[in-house]
Amino acid sequence: MVKEIERAGFPVVHMCTIIPISQTVGANRIVPTIAIPHPFGDPTRTPGEEKALRRALVEKGLKALETDIDGQTVFNG
Amino acid sequence: MTYRVVHYINQFFAGIGGEEEAGQRPLLKEGVVGPGQALAAAFGDEAQIVATVICGDGYFAENMDRAAAEVVDLIASCRPDAVVAGPAFNAGRYGTACGAVCQAVKENLGLPTVTAMYPENPGVDLYRSETYIVETTDSARGLRKAVPTMASLALKLLRGETPGLPSEEGTLPQGRRRNLFRDACGAERAADMLVRKLRGEPFETEYPMPVFDRVPPAGALKNLKEATIALVTSGGIVPKGNPDHIEASSASRYGEYDISGVDDLTAAGYGTAHGGYDPTYADGDADRVLPVDVLREMEREGRFAKLHDFFYSTVGNGTPVALAARFGREIAEKLRNAGVDAVILTST
Repeated sequence: MVKEIERAGFPVVHMCTIIPISQTVGANRIVPTIAIPHPFGDPTRTPGEEKALRRALVEKGLKALETDIDGQTVFNG
Repeated sequence: MTYRVVHYINQFFAGIGGEEEAGQRPLLKEGVVGPGQALAAAFGDEAQIVATVICGDGYFAENMDRAAAEVVDLIASCRPDAVVAGPAFNAGRYGTACGAVCQAVKENLGLPTVTAMYPENPGVDLYRSETYIVETTDSARGLRKAVPTMASLALKLLRGETPGLPSEEGTLPQGRRRNLFRDACGAERAADMLVRKLRGEPFETEYPMPVFDRVPPAGALKNLKEATIALVTSGGIVPKGNPDHIEASSASRYGEYDISGVDDLTAAGYGTAHGGYDPTYADGDADRVLPVDVLREMEREGRFAKLHDFFYSTVGNGTPVALAARFGREIAEKLRNAGVDAVILTST
């Protein structure tokens, strides 16, 4: 899905936990997330902390969408 | 002599449990467990499964390096002559784990390894050059057929014999080339192939072209403040009750759901249809998979112009690649017509 949406001309950021699979599939902008059953959350934290964590991840995703890249890039920073 | 084999399987095939037990850390059991019985039968007297190493798919996928090292330590403690992993069929995390175990065993212990998967399993492309992968069907229904092929290949490797072509061994090609003598020279064989092709007769290439389906990256978003951002997910987030009946695995469809005016994906309103991970956390708060709450917040603050009124969702769990590609094309078409500028696609 990532690839077909990108082929249509949209910048896409793939936000996921298993990076090797995303790389094999051929996503170009990849942002690693927290865990498979809760990529944008951490149930061990308070709801407030969880939301802050989620917001930081989404900020990273938007940053990736704003970044020009030459090829597959994993946004770790 | 009887060769010593260690078998690697996941928590599901070990009978420990499904997704709720996917966090299972590596453990060792003596003798055969689950599909090891069929494997042991196929080995006959020539090899013995001395132990089975079990690890949860979730634990492995989330801690790949550490999990592989722990599994290799357990395997090494059994002093085996070879390692067999799986079969993993079309289970993505399991296939990836089987491949990673085989690679780590080869690198650290120098032992022959065999695993088995469906050709579309992501573990195939990741590890095909590192281990022999027997081709299977996409579900455990193919166990009976896969196991004898795995056993006979493992025995060949144990005896120090050289395996034949992938078509002879029932394996997926590793992309290796081996020198051999042929009766006709290359030019004759090429001309013969061309004639067959022109006649519309079947022919087999000696050098299949690799398929690199890569899409060049789309240009960056120039002006985030004026952009419409859409959400797409393979994590199976759907309105409570799953109105489109998206399948828990091998999904045949995706859903389009209106979130205009929705500030938060509450447990009362949304959950997951995905059958490939523990749904507890997504059902408790679907924002953990599809971050609508924070995107809505950022939209209000003016970080970007608009969160698209619809999100698109399917279950990425053994979904055939051809179908996923069609979903992607159809979704892209809808997004284009709606004037969306960029997409966040989330996966579990």
